Amino acid sequence: MSAGILIVVILGIAVLGFILGRQRALSLAARDNVKLHSLPGYYGHSVALFAAVPAFLLMIAWLFIQPILIETGVSRMIPDSVIPDGGARSLVMADVHRIADGLDVLAEKGGLSEEELSRMRADFTNVRSRLAEVGVAVGSDIPVPVLDAAREYRDAKHLGSSLMVFAVLVVSIVFAAIAYSRVRPEMRARNVSESFIKALLMGSSLVAILTTFGIVASLLFESIHFFQMYPAKDFFFSLTWNPQFRGGSDLGIIPLLWGTIYVSFVALLFAVPVGLMIAIYLAEYAGKTVRSLAKPAIEILAGIPTIVYGLFALITVGPFLRDWLAQPLGLGNSSSSVLTAGLVMGIMLIPFVSSLSDDIINAVPQSLRDGSYGLGATQSETIKQVIMPAALPGVVGAILLAASRAIGETMIVVMGAGAAARMDLNPLEAMTTVTVKIVSQLTGDTEFASPETLVAFALGLTLFVFTLCLNVLALVIVRKYREQYD
Amino acid sequence: MTDATATLSNNNVRQVGGSLLVLDERTKKRNAAEARFRRMGQIAVMIGVLALIGLLASILSNGLSSFQQTYIAVDIHLDAAKLDKSGNRNPDEIAKVTTFGYMPLIQEAIKKKMAAEGISIDGLNAKAAAELISKEAPATLRNYVLSHIDAIGTTVPFKLLASGRIDGYYKGRVTMASAELDKNVSPEQLKLADELKQAGILTTAFNWDFFTAPDASDTRPEAAGLGVAILGSAYMMLIVLVLSLPIGVAASIYLEEFAPQNRLTDLIEVNIANLAAVPSIVFGILGLAVFINYAGLPQSAPIVGGLVLTLMTLPTIIIATRAALKAVPPSIRDAALGVGASKMQSIFHHVLPLAMPGILTGTIIGLAQALGETAPLLLIGMVAFVREYPAAPPEGFFDPASALPVQVYNWTQRGDPAFVERASGAIIVLLVFLVMMNLIAIILRRRFERRW
Amino acid sequence: MNDATMNNALMSNVKTTTKADVMTESKISAKNVQVFYGEKHAIKDVNIEIRPRSVTAFIGPSGCGKSTFLRCINRMNDTIDICRVEGDIAIDGENVYDPKVDPVQLRAKVGMVFQKPNPFPKTIYENVAYGPRIHGLARKKSEMDEIVATSLQKAGLWNEVKDRLDAPGTGLSGGQQQRLCIARAVAVSPEVILMDEPCSALDPIATAKVEELIHELRENYTIVIVTHSMQQAARVSQRTAMFHLGELVEEDDTDKMFTNPNDQRTQDYIMGRFG
Repeated sequence: MSAGILIVVILGIAVLGFILGRQRALSLAARDNVKLHSLPGYYGHSVALFAAVPAFLLMIAWLFIQPILIETGVSRMIPDSVIPDGGARSLVMADVHRIADGLDVLAEKGGLSEEELSRMRADFTNVRSRLAEVGVAVGSDIPVPVLDAAREYRDAKHLGSSLMVFAVLVVSIVFAAIAYSRVRPEMRARNVSESFIKALLMGSSLVAILTTFGIVASLLFESIHFFQMYPAKDFFFSLTWNPQFRGGSDLGIIPLLWGTIYVSFVALLFAVPVGLMIAIYLAEYAGKTVRSLAKPAIEILAGIPTIVYGLFALITVGPFLRDWLAQPLGLGNSSSSVLTAGLVMGIMLIPFVSSLSDDIINAVPQSLRDGSYGLGATQSETIKQVIMPAALPGVVGAILLAASRAIGETMIVVMGAGAAARMDLNPLEAMTTVTVKIVSQLTGDTEFASPETLVAFALGLTLFVFTLCLNVLALVIVRKYREQYD
Repeated sequence: MTDATATLSNNNVRQVGGSLLVLDERTKKRNAAEARFRRMGQIAVMIGVLALIGLLASILSNGLSSFQQTYIAVDIHLDAAKLDKSGNRNPDEIAKVTTFGYMPLIQEAIKKKMAAEGISIDGLNAKAAAELISKEAPATLRNYVLSHIDAIGTTVPFKLLASGRIDGYYKGRVTMASAELDKNVSPEQLKLADELKQAGILTTAFNWDFFTAPDASDTRPEAAGLGVAILGSAYMMLIVLVLSLPIGVAASIYLEEFAPQNRLTDLIEVNIANLAAVPSIVFGILGLAVFINYAGLPQSAPIVGGLVLTLMTLPTIIIATRAALKAVPPSIRDAALGVGASKMQSIFHHVLPLAMPGILTGTIIGLAQALGETAPLLLIGMVAFVREYPAAPPEGFFDPASALPVQVYNWTQRGDPAFVERASGAIIVLLVFLVMMNLIAIILRRRFERRW
Repeated sequence: MNDATMNNALMSNVKTTTKADVMTESKISAKNVQVFYGEKHAIKDVNIEIRPRSVTAFIGPSGCGKSTFLRCINRMNDTIDICRVEGDIAIDGENVYDPKVDPVQLRAKVGMVFQKPNPFPKTIYENVAYGPRIHGLARKKSEMDEIVATSLQKAGLWNEVKDRLDAPGTGLSGGQQQRLCIARAVAVSPEVILMDEPCSALDPIATAKVEELIHELRENYTIVIVTHSMQQAARVSQRTAMFHLGELVEEDDTDKMFTNPNDQRTQDYIMGRFG
């Protein structure tokens, strides 16, 4: 039974529980001629919630825990002898997964019965070619223990899902039955269902924590894998980035960081003055009409997906800069360059800087402006010497947030900055960034468990830590600032 | 007040000069600085607006032409001798004839057409003339024959796609000069195209296929469409909506109405604020590691994309929902509690309905963000070349599909410049969707916005 | 427009007890001043003469237009888009609403102290030095130091802050902040100082200090003060003007106003019957 059908069945049990629970409450109340404590619907609710929620929780937990158990169990079956030199156990496990999937396909499309599959022996049958027939490619011939492990893996998975269906259904029905039997007119059904719902609400808010946990766990876990295969020292301090398909890669992050910081710097160099001046102009100078036209126009920039900016960089800004700047000056020949990506990213960042700064400038109390005007300061003197210093922490926060955006931005640099890891000062040269390499290492055809792929997780971790620090710093600064004038 | 104020005089410091009616030098300078500063502000606003205009103009000028497509009308004789050699109209046997078998039919047809119209171009053989028609045409023909077995042996009028270069010729992408250097098209072929156009055989029409057709391979940009991508995006949006709205609203209600002031609540709040600013690509890594590698969900599937985008959208929805809940005045809650409703009832019966417009607005904006998101989808394999439409939900959620923004990226990675046009066209489609969603959000806000 | 005869003619419009010296000496003279906030007619045809080196108090119930009128004198109302001013306000015979007048230059001559102390989020020194700096009153550091010291002394704050000029101005107590704002205004060497309810946010002790300060500043400056407190007006001012519903009800010597006002409305207000 697939998970989808199981969900539908449980929902069915819940609906049934609702109807029955409600009826039972009504009929009991009618029989004993007493008043129900709560509205009849709440009795139904309480049964339905007991039928569905524990079952779903069990199902989710099962789906998460089963892979861990099977994985460790099967992994133990593989002797060290079949692990190729310099390879990792995880590589072999990837094969196991693939073969197990292949066996599934064989059973389905190839028409092989379970019996035939279990009789299939790696030393006699050419499993590899049979798998290839159904479109499952395996890198090399399959050693006996690996096929056994694959079979074990497959069996365990099947057993696991059957068990899960059974357990989930039992939980659903048992809980529904208990809840049903507890339905009495004097039962505080509303309180029961409400505390249940409150628990659900709280559970939903935990999704945020789970997400963060998931991010950190997946980044850390695979990064540790990576650092087992590739020395951390080389990753953090090597000046070359040169991944090879067949091992022996140089995977130094420094050229990528250089590109990231250079592009972000160019972007901020453009976005901060422009965004800040826009914020100042719209907050302090612009009349109603200008403000009502220009403000939404600038904000549209924030709603445009980054892929659009990427395309803009690729087809318009890149060629323009190449033909009108790089080639006449003899500074380069590439349409993707730090300047291209930086400028386009700068456009993207304008609304971030301007709308946040606008809020912050507006939060500066009018009394400070009055004080300054009252002394005979001009508007620009007031802005430069009173408002900006007062708003500075908030503006710095806004800029930090923009910087974090710039560092984490992907599509614009993928399409505008280039793919060559280079440490150069010439902004008209193509360079590459951390995010570009995460994309290219994870979308290539390389083996997942190789350092060339896993490096993406280490890059991701670095990126995450970088942006997290910037975000937290920015949030703290902005919050402090808000408190100051609230 | 013991300071010796009285003894101090004003005379030892300079003073702002005499008459108010005469501007002193310094004031003139200061006013000039003021004007300069103001102009800088105007320039900045102008830069912002011009950037927006430039961006849109670039996309529109490159992409609008993708909604028009060049077609060539020919009457093709579906020769039974070639398509059904045994003559028993057995579909299985007819299916054995590959697209290569249909090529000669097209060549024949165009030759006849040229002869009938009296068109002939020096140095252009029938094969080269047939190259005016897209490589996609034999497949179109084959599909037609397989679904209309009875048509074999008859002559059927077809409106076939012109090849990408011919299409480009009428969109200004290909010129006689560029054709000289191009091994895919010759100036003679372009001349023939002009003749055909004059004869009314070659026409331009609205490109409906662009919205419905699946992606096509590198060599036939003229056939590439957004069908699979639009469907994939729609599936993902459905998943995002179904998951993120209830979870987001539930989380917001808890945080806004029930959460006690404690460490856990703080932790949740900090987490939400942070997730809103985590780079999108990190969510892609999460999706790859957790949903695909760990949970074993299929690559390129809308379910994975939907889950990843749900996690990305949640902070947006939670922030908007909390703002909407906060905007409902406490008096409403008090009134409900005052007539004996439980806290839960007061929230679900009174507060939530009043906050609904704000929540929906936030949700739509969150969905619009998710619709344009690209980077995380690249990592979960949605860049794959997918020609098959995903099945209907729920199975379709697990089938490989593309997504609108990813399709754009995919096309920009192709060699043929015709794909740039396609990519820009796809962006226009994407932007139209976004504009519609935002308009709905704005209308909702205008319609239901309440000032308490 | 601003010759003496006009002024004399003007004065006769205002029902005051005229004294010879008043007629000859006037620092600020307002003639037919009308102020509109969008559609609202906030000030209706106000005519008044303000004497130099004296304290003039504006009293009246809330919303009577006294603050609005005060803010017209140094054109602070320019910063409000919907505000429109008609009529003439002349300082030393020069109409401040003349198109040739730059409000920046005007405000250097006519300083202002606000209802709520509003020191800039800068150091005490920088707060005082701000005005002289933008107007270029000091050529070098030593001159600026002197201006700051003198101004703080004039504002009676020097002894309290001389050891912590680098401390932020916002860290001072409310009364100190207000005196810092007065020092800030004095530092530009204005001729007129406008005070818009300068003590309304202060406790009685701080208020007493500020009032004492106003008393001392009178020797060098023309001071116009808006106040809600009748007692304050009686304590600090020589002349008092009573506003009601945007009109100037009457203007006279403070002593006379509080003992024997001409107008019934003034009488009622002073007796606490409205406002």
